[in-house]
Amino acid sequence: MKSALKAFPSKWLAVYAVAYMVFLYAPVILLPMFAFNDATVISFPLTGFTAKWFGVLWQTEALHGAVRNSLVVGLSSAVLSTVLGACAARAAARYRFPLKRGIMSFILLPLVLPEIIVAVALLVLLMQLGMPLSLVTVVLGHVLICTPFAIAILSSAFQGLDQSLEEASFDLGETRWGTFRRVILPLVMPGVVSSLLITFTISLDEFIIAFFLTGTEVTLPVYIWSQLRFPGKLPSVMALGTILLVLSVLLLILAEWFRRRSARKQGIEASATGGFA
Amino acid sequence: MLTGERRQGLALISPTLLYSLLMLAAPLIMVLTFSFWTQNYLELDTTLTLDNYREAWSKPIYSTLIFRSLKISLIVTLVTVVLAFPIAYYLSFHVKQRKALWLFLITVPFWTSYLLRVFLWKVILGYNGVLNTALKGLGIIEEPLTFLLYNANAVVLTLAHAWAPFAILPIFVALEKIDRSLLEAAEDLGDGPVRRFFRITLPLAMPGVVASTLIVLIPTVGDFITPKLVGGTDGLMIANMIQIQFGKANNAPLGAALALSSMLIVASISAVIFLLGKRFGGKVQ
Repeated sequence: MKSALKAFPSKWLAVYAVAYMVFLYAPVILLPMFAFNDATVISFPLTGFTAKWFGVLWQTEALHGAVRNSLVVGLSSAVLSTVLGACAARAAARYRFPLKRGIMSFILLPLVLPEIIVAVALLVLLMQLGMPLSLVTVVLGHVLICTPFAIAILSSAFQGLDQSLEEASFDLGETRWGTFRRVILPLVMPGVVSSLLITFTISLDEFIIAFFLTGTEVTLPVYIWSQLRFPGKLPSVMALGTILLVLSVLLLILAEWFRRRSARKQGIEASATGGFA
Repeated sequence: MLTGERRQGLALISPTLLYSLLMLAAPLIMVLTFSFWTQNYLELDTTLTLDNYREAWSKPIYSTLIFRSLKISLIVTLVTVVLAFPIAYYLSFHVKQRKALWLFLITVPFWTSYLLRVFLWKVILGYNGVLNTALKGLGIIEEPLTFLLYNANAVVLTLAHAWAPFAILPIFVALEKIDRSLLEAAEDLGDGPVRRFFRITLPLAMPGVVASTLIVLIPTVGDFITPKLVGGTDGLMIANMIQIQFGKANNAPLGAALALSSMLIVASISAVIFLLGKRFGGKVQ
């Protein structure tokens, strides 16, 4: 009965799935290969193993500045978008208010707007206000595009919240703030951490908005963009990409772990898709 | 009581709403205003005029770029969604355990630097690239293939790769929501596997298919990195022109008019796709 429910033969779909994964991973696999390759040109055949490109990174001053800038931008964007996302997610999960759907769609709009439109629109406004471009303006843009992701992650955390816990806390004499701090926050904390990690990762990799809104201090992707023009710099860019890849994957695993803990805490089964459902 | 709840809800969402109003609504209104102004090098003329739109819609170079962007984006969307559907279907109907692991593996490549992913496709498709070296090594070709890189096909391939997870997830979610007993019912009533797929599975998965179509279509029109790195001159898109207008050409009003014109066209196409999806999906016939 079970197998009869499937329209297509399982075997062919499995073969297709594997082929598709090869397609997805093809460029990613090349990254560490060239990062450890002992040649200045990015092409096959590989010539030998070396870790010297990572050493080159260590000596590049401009890169260190870009890393610092990206960390500052990433941390600020993560904190601000998670706070804004928590307000919206909590309001949407707990309260009914006028124009709820309209307001929520408007806040989530950056998810479907091309980034170049967001970037150009912010640039035009900042130009008119006479505000100089800096890391602050990059953060303003990043918070805008990160907040919808924070809302998606935090919504499931707030929706799983049992309202009777809150009422019990009120009955036992806690204030609104006390209830938030001692009952609600601990329950949604894993969701908050997961949101911080995801938004940080998004900001760290974002290029288009950073490209338009950055001033003299560049973020890491903008730095990488400037390096792609110089063939001699490419092997060390590959090494940099490898480090970023490993870092992102670690952050993601951590975020996923926190999200599941959050779901377990509230006694609901963690859905495989997280907040995207 | 209700008014209290309404007030609390609005109060709670107001910081986020205020931020979106300041950083999204205000900038968009500003761009709209800008598109009716004109600029001569550094002088901004704030007399309202339709000149930018006239130029954007009449000069062949802009219409060529807009038309090409739409064509490339629509092909990318079609390719991405069609390739993604079987994967989402496989995950939802065939993978019993480790669904979360599969989804995680699908999203991992997406978290590598977007710039580097695009650049690596250049490495794969280039003259001395991975593909050419491999084909030569296998003795299939004598001379490296030159049609792989620096054209619209390379842009389609690279974008289809970049947006794959965004296409898979919504379809997967829609498929997961399908009540499996409906499929058993169709089976009992004598539908074969193929008939059942087209009469039940596909219509019920339609909201997911429409969502992934729009999620891929809209942002790809606005991409300028992929066309610049792998597109050559034949693969340049409207976003490259918008970037040039805001940068080197220093004509922000024209750039704004181009950006808004292409957004308007994309929005109308999206609306048509959305309505078609509503018409053909959602309910079992």
